[in-house]
Amino acid sequence: MKKIASAPYIIWMAIFIIVPLIMVAYFAFTSSDGAFTFENITKTEEYIPVFVKSIVLAAAATAICLAAAYPLAYILANMRLNAQSTMLMIIILPMWINLLLKTYAWQTLLGNNGLINSVLGLIGLGPYKLLNTRGAVILGMVYDLLPFMVLPLYTVMAKMDKSILEAAADLGCSKLQSILKVTVPLSVPGIISGITMVFIPAISTFIISRMLGGSSNLLIGDLIEMQFLGNSYNPNLGAGISLVLMAIVLIVMAVISLIDTSGNENEDRVGGARV
Amino acid sequence: MKKIVKNLYTALFIMFLYAPIFVLIIFSFNTTKSHSVMSGFTLKWYAELFRDRVIISSLITTVIVAVSASVISTVLGTMAAFGIHNMKKLPRYAALQVNNLPIVNPEIVTGVSLMLLFVFFAARMSFSLGYATLIIAHITFDAPYVVLNVMPKLRQMDKHLSDAAADLGCNPIQAFFKVVLPEIFPGVISGFLMSFTLSLDDFTVSYFVSGSSVQTLPVTIYAMTRRQVSPKINALSTLIFIVVVTVLVVKNIIERKNIRQEEIRI
Repeated sequence: MKKIASAPYIIWMAIFIIVPLIMVAYFAFTSSDGAFTFENITKTEEYIPVFVKSIVLAAAATAICLAAAYPLAYILANMRLNAQSTMLMIIILPMWINLLLKTYAWQTLLGNNGLINSVLGLIGLGPYKLLNTRGAVILGMVYDLLPFMVLPLYTVMAKMDKSILEAAADLGCSKLQSILKVTVPLSVPGIISGITMVFIPAISTFIISRMLGGSSNLLIGDLIEMQFLGNSYNPNLGAGISLVLMAIVLIVMAVISLIDTSGNENEDRVGGARV
Repeated sequence: MKKIVKNLYTALFIMFLYAPIFVLIIFSFNTTKSHSVMSGFTLKWYAELFRDRVIISSLITTVIVAVSASVISTVLGTMAAFGIHNMKKLPRYAALQVNNLPIVNPEIVTGVSLMLLFVFFAARMSFSLGYATLIIAHITFDAPYVVLNVMPKLRQMDKHLSDAAADLGCNPIQAFFKVVLPEIFPGVISGFLMSFTLSLDDFTVSYFVSGSSVQTLPVTIYAMTRRQVSPKINALSTLIFIVVVTVLVVKNIIERKNIRQEEIRI
């Protein structure tokens, strides 16, 4: 009886989540006149360099985010409580500013007449080509997505039972050892959600690559966008590429969840040790 | 010594996050369009911003879409969470998996898939992409977050409460409004707020489903950045920054007050 309350949403999900995804699959396996074909999937072979570049840039951005955010989350989690909530607000605030504006900020900073090149010019350096490079794309991804890495890491570290760290110290661990042997394994769930929250938007972006990468740094997102709203209108090919993108995301998430189970084992081990 | 390293690292981190935004803000007051040399102070870009019909109308569109989508998703999602909570294990698992799809899928895939659906039916049923498709698309990615915010509150709730209400003569609808809803209300509110901010901020999905006649603010901003560097965007960023800071500070003050009041009560 109570289940009826969910009926409108179940119908909604069927029409606006399931059917559209089936349409993506249908378009991916048909040609423009509706005949069944594998062409849209096999054609993506041409774009393998684009796929590789997207994966490499997104992976690099994710790695940099993790390396930069981890120490900060650790510092944050060990601050006084009052300072923690203020600092957290400062870190979260940029998440509320639209991604386009943040990317635009870097577009103006990195340009040939931008502030960075002007300042370098004052001391007789440059101008360097900063905009429309791979580095600029990675920088944009890191800048836009960094808070999404800090937040989950901070959440697990703040919840962490400090007595475990004390126990590690009592048992003769140095500070570094206890970080490596206790803090890092216990923060695996945070690392995983941080990686997914950074990697998925990074690999599927088309704004960051378009605004900071120029025409020579196309990513998967740009390819898809071009097939639907750009010059090379071809929704069938676009659907095919979308399907491949979803497959990549699924594979990456599956690989990451493998680390997750080992993380749970560690948690069990810690739990067992406590008993 | 260690403390210095920690403070330095934190300071550098925050500088990295905020320096670009502050540069953007500073150059919104520049008399020329340059983003490297300050030639003088002016507010003319702000005046131009408010005179820009496209920006104002897309701001109104954004608010209309965000308000309607978040209100509808809150109702739809809360009802759904209540129903799903009372399902058997397997259908509940299936429903939640589908609910998670728009969250885990790349935004561009959600946008493209909805665009395919809308274009397909627009051609056959002679309507065009615009407000309706925007609101439908926003509900589709908002409602899952409402469900996810309400579900834990339902799980925390004492199962016997609604039984007790029924024993005392409530019909199921009365029991829901008088007993269940007050219990899960914090989850409903946080789901609503999350929906609202997600809708305000969304670019990717709106970009694909808005068609050519209606534009939300992020879509307009994108079009502006494609053309040429205009300090109007800087002025707009400054205003958005001020709004965000105000909202967050007020939210923080309210939360701290609540915590303090609870401490006093204890």
